[in-house]
Amino acid sequence: MQTLFTILIDGLSYAAWLFIVALGLTLVFGVLKILNMAHGSFYALGAYAAASFVSWGASMKMAPAFSIVAMLLAAVAVAAILAPLTERGLMRFFYGRDEVLLVLVTYALFLILEDVTKLIWGANPYYVSEPYSLFGNIDIGSQTYVGYDFALVALAVIVGLAVWWGLNRTRHGKIVLAVIHSAEVAASMGINVSRVYMLAFTVGIFLAGIGGAFTAPMISVQPGVSVGVIIISFAVVIIGGLGSIEGAAIGALIVGLARSLAVHMAPVAELFSIYIVMALVLMFRPEGLFQRIQARKI
Amino acid sequence: MIGMLFTVVLVLAGLLMPKWLTFLVTMAAAQGLVSLGILLLMRGGVVSFGQGMVFALGGYAAALGYSRLGLTDALGLTLLGGVTAMLVAAPFAPMLARYRGIFFAMLTLALSMVIYGLLMKIELMGGSDGFNIGRPTLLGQTLSDARVGYVMYSLTIVTAGVMALLSRVYFDSTRGLLTVAVRDNELRVEYLGGSVRQAMMINFILAAFAGGMGGALVVMSLGHIDPNFSYWTTSGEFVFVAILAGWQSVLAVFLASTVLEVVRSFSSSYFPNTWQLALGLFLLFVIRFLTRGIGSLWIKENRR
Amino acid sequence: MKETMKKAVISPAFKRQAALTAIGAALACLVQGVQAQETFKVGIVSFLSGQAAESFGIPAVNGAKVLIEAFNKGEAPAPYNKTGFGGMKIEPTYVDENGGASKQVQELRNLYDRDKVDVVVGYVGSGDCLAVAPVAEEMKKFLVLYDCGTPRIFEDGKYGYVFRTASHATMDNVALVRYMKAHNVKADSFNMMNQDYAWGQDSRKDFLWSMEKLYPNAKPGEDLLPKFGAGQYGTEISALMAKPADVTHSSLWGGDLQAFILQSGPRGLFKRSQVVLSAADHVLPALGDKMPDGAIIGARGAYGLMSPKSALNDWWWAIYQKSYTVYPVQAPYRMAQSLLGLKLAVEKAMAANGGKKPNAEQLAAAFKGLEWDSPAGRIRMALGDGHQAIQETAIGKTRYDAAKKMVVIDDIQRFPAECVNPPANMKSEDWIKAGFPGAKCN
Repeated sequence: MQTLFTILIDGLSYAAWLFIVALGLTLVFGVLKILNMAHGSFYALGAYAAASFVSWGASMKMAPAFSIVAMLLAAVAVAAILAPLTERGLMRFFYGRDEVLLVLVTYALFLILEDVTKLIWGANPYYVSEPYSLFGNIDIGSQTYVGYDFALVALAVIVGLAVWWGLNRTRHGKIVLAVIHSAEVAASMGINVSRVYMLAFTVGIFLAGIGGAFTAPMISVQPGVSVGVIIISFAVVIIGGLGSIEGAAIGALIVGLARSLAVHMAPVAELFSIYIVMALVLMFRPEGLFQRIQARKI
Repeated sequence: MIGMLFTVVLVLAGLLMPKWLTFLVTMAAAQGLVSLGILLLMRGGVVSFGQGMVFALGGYAAALGYSRLGLTDALGLTLLGGVTAMLVAAPFAPMLARYRGIFFAMLTLALSMVIYGLLMKIELMGGSDGFNIGRPTLLGQTLSDARVGYVMYSLTIVTAGVMALLSRVYFDSTRGLLTVAVRDNELRVEYLGGSVRQAMMINFILAAFAGGMGGALVVMSLGHIDPNFSYWTTSGEFVFVAILAGWQSVLAVFLASTVLEVVRSFSSSYFPNTWQLALGLFLLFVIRFLTRGIGSLWIKENRR
Repeated sequence: MKETMKKAVISPAFKRQAALTAIGAALACLVQGVQAQETFKVGIVSFLSGQAAESFGIPAVNGAKVLIEAFNKGEAPAPYNKTGFGGMKIEPTYVDENGGASKQVQELRNLYDRDKVDVVVGYVGSGDCLAVAPVAEEMKKFLVLYDCGTPRIFEDGKYGYVFRTASHATMDNVALVRYMKAHNVKADSFNMMNQDYAWGQDSRKDFLWSMEKLYPNAKPGEDLLPKFGAGQYGTEISALMAKPADVTHSSLWGGDLQAFILQSGPRGLFKRSQVVLSAADHVLPALGDKMPDGAIIGARGAYGLMSPKSALNDWWWAIYQKSYTVYPVQAPYRMAQSLLGLKLAVEKAMAANGGKKPNAEQLAAAFKGLEWDSPAGRIRMALGDGHQAIQETAIGKTRYDAAKKMVVIDDIQRFPAECVNPPANMKSEDWIKAGFPGAKCN
């Protein structure tokens, strides 16, 4: 019984992390139909920016609680600087081309950002330690958990609800939904599709940045952090369905629980658990569990 | 015809080229074969982002054939690679033939990653380290240290040339033309009595054959195989070569493959710390400015 | 379908362009061929990007840079005080090991054929080592492997031109278990966590088999295999704490290890269980006070804070620290011992051939069975028919020293090379399983 409880808690906290990290990817795909291979790079940039901002805050002798604000600001900064740059300065030239071509463009962007990040921050590791101890430790049963991990669950819920509310309850959100369903029809209705793209891309990068910024306290921020994130976000998004918020949540939960089960019960299968789930979903329901976009022509 | 001439010229030129260049061209030609597979699919309007799977399958088949079955003949191993990849990929063809666009790309990518995961786990085949194979023989003759590079080079170039020729023939055949029609308008093809599914399935299987052969050739020249052959970044590079080439000219595929090898090689030399940046910029440049690929540089299109 | 039915018409303009490009390329190749002869060219391959860059690649390359500079000025202590290699200036070329084994094979060929390097020193990744060794052998060019851990290189193959100047990874876990035994660490149960790829799988096996021999009553518990690069270990830590064991073993390294320590420290893993880490020394400088006390760690050799005191070591430590602020950990040490051995071999070969730059065969003859002093102790090419080095190693316990503001290592125990390395005629796996026959421990 205790093990079951542990499995659930672990699955949930990992799922929360996955959700935060993968949400931006699914949003960008849903609106712009771009599978952003550079998603991991924006995540990494969020982490690095958080490291810089938090250490700046620490040097200014701000209260430890300020570090949360610093991390948010970091994500905002990443999005504010990179989204216009990438979208206007790069993506714009390739709209209307084959979707797969755009994937290659984002792959090129991933390569570029890897080295740019290394050039700006160097190869040394950065630590963002203040936030991690902010929430203390929580004992559940015989296990000690770090409060921060649960704070991430709260963050996931907040972010998920915010995005959902933003999409479904605000005017701008409904416009975005219209563009998701059909950009052509939306344009013919007088919507500035190009502005919507910009907005969606910015939010997508912001979410990736948030993922990176809030993960930074748990890891060592160094070259290579982007690589592990791309595939796992991709898997979550495929399972949940591209472009669907609920899908990302469910996908994250499934992957999180699958991994948790594997680790506690059959560790040998852990490497494989994510691929198995992905393969199963693809075989029986390739659009993902919450289809938004038509997958098949015939 | 130009292709045949080119093949002969290259084989002869190989006698004069420095060893690193013959190796580079060997790799480029073998990998060009894999991209040829992508070209086959691109003519039908879909792009496979998982060609690494058949590349790895062909490679492992050849490597295992060499080390477990004792089959050392280079030609034999090449065919073994192609056929194995084809056989393993065939069951997936019906399912994949139903999808287009980004879903086809993603499905293939996911498949190749599943194979990657499998290969990483199987310790008998070396797991993540992979394993080495020795030197292949050719038609019963052992190859000496000095000659093996050139022989593998010639074999690869000739195989590539033959496949290129066969592709050209295929492209001009009924089914090949049907494929292009599918890219334009599937519904029309169905109305006219052609089977879109069948065309796509056959294309996928043929692409697997080409990819498998490419994998076998690479493994024999490299002497080593590992699960990275099936990783998504490897597949991405094949796609890039196909895009760089454009889908009109088969020759362009091999040229594009060589260009990528050269760029990669030189950016590694001159920018050891920032070669990824150099490569990424090159990719962007090509996608932006060579919109219809290298092939469009010399094939004049009759504009309607 | 006009596009597919037309013949390929090659425009004259294109033909002209192509011809010019071909001529230009040929000229470029010619120019490349003309070079000066009085330098010794060394190609150095290690991770300049990717996940191994921060922990292994870049520190090693930094070590190479500072050492080569010292060599070229003739500033190294005797017997390394000749300028460069035997009077010839050393000209290094650096190549990034990131990008996969196939790329490395290509790069190796480029280094030898196009850049005309005399020797290549490189490779952290075992997969890369396994892939490039046969290539150097086929090309009859001299290759020095300085870092990769797999014992398979010389146990599964014979090479004339390939040498490895550091012990392979078997000694890491054998020494770890011997240390535990010598310090009476309670180990009735043990958990393991290793990355699910060749390095992790091999380390796990070495530890498991060593435990079977030295702690026959110990029971293995959790056997976790997270993906390489996972970075998130909350679930694993829960599993390790749900079924706590006396000892928790891991061969994790780099960013993964740092993430694991950051996430498990606050949860009390290090207090609930004796954590033993086979290769952890490289994370100590950066982690500082975040590194829990009392972890038993290895450095894959007598490196960093566990290196033996000697004039050579002091000199090396000083030049590295002066250039890079941080003290050298295992990666730069391994690079250093490699370059020192290479220097001696070149000079030995030159003494034998009348002072000319040695070719690959002469170098191989000089290197075979060589012994030399390094900052980490004496290196002896004793295995693999004189091609594989063995060296002593050291294990210790971590403690954060608030006064010095750094992690220090206490209770250091040294293990002679013959104690923790297999003898020349046995494979590592068989040696461990047979109970370490022939091991000479004091």
